[in-house]
Amino acid sequence: MSTLQALVDAVALGSIYALVAVGIGLVFGVLRLINFAYGELITAGAYTLWVLRSLPAVVAILACFAVVVSLSLLLERVAFRPLRKATPATMLIATFAVSYLLQSIYLLVFGSLGNSVSTLAGLQQAVDLGGLRIRWITIVSLACGSLLLIGTAILLGRTSIGLHMRAAATDFQTARVLGVRANRVIAFAFLVSGVLAASVSVLFTVQNSLVTPDLGVPITIFALVGVVVGGLDRLWTATLGGFAIGFAYSLLGDKLSGEARVYLPSLVFGLVIVVLLLRPGGLFAGQPRSVERV
Amino acid sequence: MRRLEPLVQYLGPATLIVAVAVAGSLTSHAREIEFRNALVNVAIVVAIYVFVGNAGVISFGHVSFVAVGAFLSGLLTIEAQSKQFVLPGLFGFLRETTIGDLPALALAALAGGLYAFLVGLPLMRLSGLPAGIATLAVLGITYNVLRNWEKIGPGPLTLSLVPETTTIWRAAAGALAVAATALLYQRSRAGRQLRATREDAGAAQASGIDVYRQRLVAFTLSGALAGFAGALLVHLLGSITTDQVYLSLTFLTLAMLVIGGVSSLWGAVVGALLVSGANSFLVDAENTVHVGFDLTLPDGTSLVILGALMAAVLILRPSGLTGGREFSLPRGRAKAR
Repeated sequence: MSTLQALVDAVALGSIYALVAVGIGLVFGVLRLINFAYGELITAGAYTLWVLRSLPAVVAILACFAVVVSLSLLLERVAFRPLRKATPATMLIATFAVSYLLQSIYLLVFGSLGNSVSTLAGLQQAVDLGGLRIRWITIVSLACGSLLLIGTAILLGRTSIGLHMRAAATDFQTARVLGVRANRVIAFAFLVSGVLAASVSVLFTVQNSLVTPDLGVPITIFALVGVVVGGLDRLWTATLGGFAIGFAYSLLGDKLSGEARVYLPSLVFGLVIVVLLLRPGGLFAGQPRSVERV
Repeated sequence: MRRLEPLVQYLGPATLIVAVAVAGSLTSHAREIEFRNALVNVAIVVAIYVFVGNAGVISFGHVSFVAVGAFLSGLLTIEAQSKQFVLPGLFGFLRETTIGDLPALALAALAGGLYAFLVGLPLMRLSGLPAGIATLAVLGITYNVLRNWEKIGPGPLTLSLVPETTTIWRAAAGALAVAATALLYQRSRAGRQLRATREDAGAAQASGIDVYRQRLVAFTLSGALAGFAGALLVHLLGSITTDQVYLSLTFLTLAMLVIGGVSSLWGAVVGALLVSGANSFLVDAENTVHVGFDLTLPDGTSLVILGALMAAVLILRPSGLTGGREFSLPRGRAKAR
């Protein structure tokens, strides 16, 4: 039974990381920009929940979405739009700088000790399903995760803005020539990724109630690693990669005994290196690229 | 003039480094450590530049080599007697050996180079983003192991009692040596071949350049320099934790490199000194500095301002402050001769 339990937990963590992966992947798709500051959006949402902890949960959660989405759009406008023509290295380091800036603001405003969020603490309680003790948050994470992923898939596949985004992700220049409005598509990508970040804030703080200024850093790193392992070029492979990393992390954490458990990050990173060496294009990328020139 | 080109290219970085050292030696002891720190940062950033700048491949892993150099050199220079008590869990060899600080610097360089070579053997086959992520994974592993394995270090505790032998002059000499090595390398046959792969990997390969081999050479050299810089760092601080050689140092040093201009030695040195200088100034300003008037920043704002400054420079000057060009004398003067 405990194996099944571990599987369920792994799927739940996997679905949270899948959401982060989609958020990073959407922006990468249209801008070729790896947004290292993505985790700081999640942190912003978590702090919003903390600040509004005395209000009803619904209000706090709505505010969390509003804050995170605005911050995401603001970053796009102020920081990333001027950098569209810059080299990939500069863009990457600029997102680092933004991440550093936001973290130091959180540190300044909220201090380093951490604040405890209990907006949806009730979800920590478990239900008994035929001998399986499953916490509500696991079920909610799974449900929200799948709904949001399906929602994003519909958005991308069935709406005209989604079509524009996919076109832009395939070939930005050609898409522009054919009348796709660059600013609109990019802003929309940041909007959707902001919505996803906000939902991760809500789900993540239930499991991990302590909010510190660097809360978002490990989330971004693991999701990013997952995204690259899955294959960045297409959204669904990136999503699967994100899911895989959360799943593997949770499952390996359960299987390792106490002593070895501290080396779990090493094990995951080691696996990542192996995957990258064997399949540089990504684990789920299908056929290797015909021309891997270098 | 053309024959003097390498000397001219060295002149700029060397003058800056010496100027910082002289300025540091003239200030109070409390201020001097900031100047020493800036010089050690130069060494770290130039070490990273040797690979990232010449190969055009981003690496998040170099702070691993800094960490290896720092912890090895730190451990080996602490007196054996103290180690028996403070770090009883160490391997016998590490616990009982004590060496001088100069051999320790050399050993740190050797260890950094060896580690980089072993990591590079498989990883240098990658390029682009997968290479970046793989080196990030290396950093993650190095941090995780150093933090938990108490046979090779202090684990989650602080490594203290390290002799503070990085004086301002030694920091300057170290930075000068690293910069000279970087320049000699980038002007060598191997360095030029690697720079050709950076401009157009396909064309370079078609001209008979072994991309993998050249990247591995640069990665190893750059790892050795990073290990050396790490040793300078630990002997500057006197104590170190694993968190000091992890993500924030990685980010800060890469930002210094990109802000200066990623593809030149001059850029690496300028970026390292400017960002270090700005950082020291802002931290001092939290305790009031005098700049014509008394400037006092509220506590904790220095990080925010530094982050905003770095983001602003990157947004306004995406190719770096030097534009990635080497130092050269003003053109008019060169012609007049």
